[in-house]
Amino acid sequence: MKIVVCVKQVPDTWAEKKLDASKTLDRVSVDNILNEMDEFALEEALQMIAAHSGTVTVLSMGPDSATEAIRKALSMGADGAIHIVDDALKGSCAAVTSLVLAKALERIGDYDLVISGSEASDARTSVVPAMLAERLGIPQVTFVNKVEVDPAAKTLKANRITDDGYQVVEASLPAMISAVEKMNEPRYPSFKGIMAAKKKPVETLSIADLGLEADAVGLSGSWTKVNDSADRPPRSAGTIVEDEGNGGAALVDFLASKKFV
Amino acid sequence: MAVDRLLPTEEARDLIALTRDFADNELLSRVEAHEKTETYPEGLFASMARVGLLGLPYPEQWGGGGQPYEVYLQVLEELAARWAAVAVATSVQALSIHPVHKFGTPAQQEQWLPEMLAGRLIGGYSLSEPQAGSDAAALICKAEKTETGFRVTGTKAWITHGGIADYYALFARTGEGSRGISCFLGPGHAEGLSFGKPEEKMGLHAIPTTNAFYDGVEFEADRLIGAEGQGLEIAFSALDAGRLGIAACATGLAQAALDAAVDYANERTTFGRKIVDHQGLGFLLADMAAAVDSARATYLDAARRRDAGRPYSRNASVAKLVCSDAAMKVTTDAVQVFGGYGYTRDFPVERYMREAKIMQIFEGTNQIQRLVISRGLSR
Ligand SMILES: Cc1cc2nc3c(=O)[nH]c(=O)nc-3n(C[C@@H](O)[C@H](O)[C@H](O)COP(=O)(O)OP(=O)(O)OC[C@H]3O[C@@H](n4cnc5c(N)ncnc54)[C@H](O)[C@@H]3O)c2cc1C
Ligand SMILES: Cc1cc2nc3c(=O)[nH]c(=O)nc-3n(C[C@H](O)[C@H](O)[C@H](O)COP(=O)(O)OP(=O)(O)OC[C@H]3O[C@@H](n4cnc5c(N)ncnc54)[C@H](O)[C@@H]3O)c2cc1C
Repeated sequence: MKIVVCVKQVPDTWAEKKLDASKTLDRVSVDNILNEMDEFALEEALQMIAAHSGTVTVLSMGPDSATEAIRKALSMGADGAIHIVDDALKGSCAAVTSLVLAKALERIGDYDLVISGSEASDARTSVVPAMLAERLGIPQVTFVNKVEVDPAAKTLKANRITDDGYQVVEASLPAMISAVEKMNEPRYPSFKGIMAAKKKPVETLSIADLGLEADAVGLSGSWTKVNDSADRPPRSAGTIVEDEGNGGAALVDFLASKKFV
Repeated sequence: MAVDRLLPTEEARDLIALTRDFADNELLSRVEAHEKTETYPEGLFASMARVGLLGLPYPEQWGGGGQPYEVYLQVLEELAARWAAVAVATSVQALSIHPVHKFGTPAQQEQWLPEMLAGRLIGGYSLSEPQAGSDAAALICKAEKTETGFRVTGTKAWITHGGIADYYALFARTGEGSRGISCFLGPGHAEGLSFGKPEEKMGLHAIPTTNAFYDGVEFEADRLIGAEGQGLEIAFSALDAGRLGIAACATGLAQAALDAAVDYANERTTFGRKIVDHQGLGFLLADMAAAVDSARATYLDAARRRDAGRPYSRNASVAKLVCSDAAMKVTTDAVQVFGGYGYTRDFPVERYMREAKIMQIFEGTNQIQRLVISRGLSR
């Protein structure tokens, strides 16, 4: 099987996120990590090829610094990587991100399965996987927490989490799935894996390599743009309820006033 | 705050980052519970093996990590800063591999090293006996020749990972005097081999330390490592390297105590200011920081000598002495910084203080280190 895993480098989950002058996320002044959800996607892919043989290629669009996230994915066991890096990409919205990733996947060609996280922890739109599948014209099964593939029959069967339970969905390959948290237990990279990762191939592509013009991507190509933004207001002081025998009732009144009960 | 380390290669920087990530997630989350309930962390050494942390200072040819001591010891230090017992057992694991690696025949190396270095086999080191600690040559556990090998009878003591390990680097008597001791690769489980109940220790609660009783245990001939009578030489050669491991563990422990104390001193206020801003306490913290930095510099100097193929036995003894004394002092002072809270089990510093004490005792007490150092000074 040939599996492509989409991974995004994101600011550390706990880092304070700021916008820069162009009202896009400041990715320079923070620690960046491999989007945690994408580790589940990668782990699932690695387990699949352990069971069915094949290769795992990671695909990432992001600035130079994204090589660190790519290295991490390679040290966990992916076989190779494609990194799309181009100054023109800065400020790309979800629609453009999916366009660029789709072009890269078309270039790869003979993949059986594309796996992504179901959400990147920075922008959190969750729409890239769906848009990407739509552009590629392949079945999409999003929010998956369990999947079995049958490479011979070229099908997959997945459990898709919904608000009130799960759906069991079958799809033909090639297909796209997006992984939810706790789908599996992502492995630590091993020290040997880290050393091996340095020798694994990473192909760097520009948008020209993908046949895209600069004005089709980035801020200029994006379908949406941020007009204005405001900092989250500082937390106001909480309400302190003194328990004078009526603490329980006071708490319920408070929760009721916030429509929690 | 993470220690700013000078590391020789990018690979080493990656290894330290991996160690920190692993240790923050897998050690810090479990240490309190296991140390309090004195329970062994099942599965932990297997996951350390998978990540590649158990065979670091041995050649890649046999599946080791191919790391110089300068790097391997800093990994141990990072582990010890989270969980001293686990770091010590990791150091002992490396110690247990030394005899086969340095003195084994090619056939023994081929048979044992890959399994040991991959961490599929956990090893113990069994030199001490109830009556023979500092004076290792006083050991009496005997290995008598038989037609097929040796028959071992006697009592060994103080075995880290005792009863759990898969094999032991075992030292037993095959003749008279200090040249009558031989080294064996003893089995973890065998007919006639039993283990005492774990010692009730001051610290390092999660890893058992036990006696072993050999009641005529049969060893195949190929379990002898090195020549008959070469045992003490092998034991001491392993201990030179092992002492560096303990020096690094002690330094990590001291670092953890310093970090905890500094955090606390920046939060706690008395007399209207943070306690770190009272000069009397600020200077105490300064001395602690100086002790940690000098401990690290001392063991790294010894490690670099070893890596360069230079004699380092004396430097290893100095490092063991300096680092474990630093750990004792720094952890004791950390309790002081925490005041009454430091004396409770609500904060980790009292545990650090208990753990520091053993660093001055095992793998040669600090008196024995002074003996080694002073012998080198006598003309
Ligand atoms: C401040 C700010 C403002 C923004 N404004 C807009 C806006 O106005 N309009 C708009 O449409 N978008 C906007 N975005 C979102 C956009 O920049 C997204 O970061 C980008 O499109 C990816 O979407 P996502 O992070 O929501 O991914 P998700 O859809 O949440 O990610 C799901 C999965 O898709 C994959 N994936 C996502 N991105 C990549 C990538 N670059 N490379 C490889 N795989 C990837 C990963 O597997 C990931 O787990 C904004 C973002 C920020 C931070
Ligand atoms: C938790 C723990 C784990 C251990 N793990 C192992 C292990 O895995 N494998 C193993 O083989 N052993 C192990 N040991 C044993 C340890 O190495 C010995 O306890 C240590 O070497 C001291 O020996 P002893 O206890 O017999 O003390 P003794 O040798 O009886 O010493 C008692 C005191 O006399 C001092 N002393 C002795 N001789 C001299 C001298 N010539 N000059 C000055 N002072 C002297 C000592 O410094 C000490 O203060 C462990 C011990 C503990 C407590």
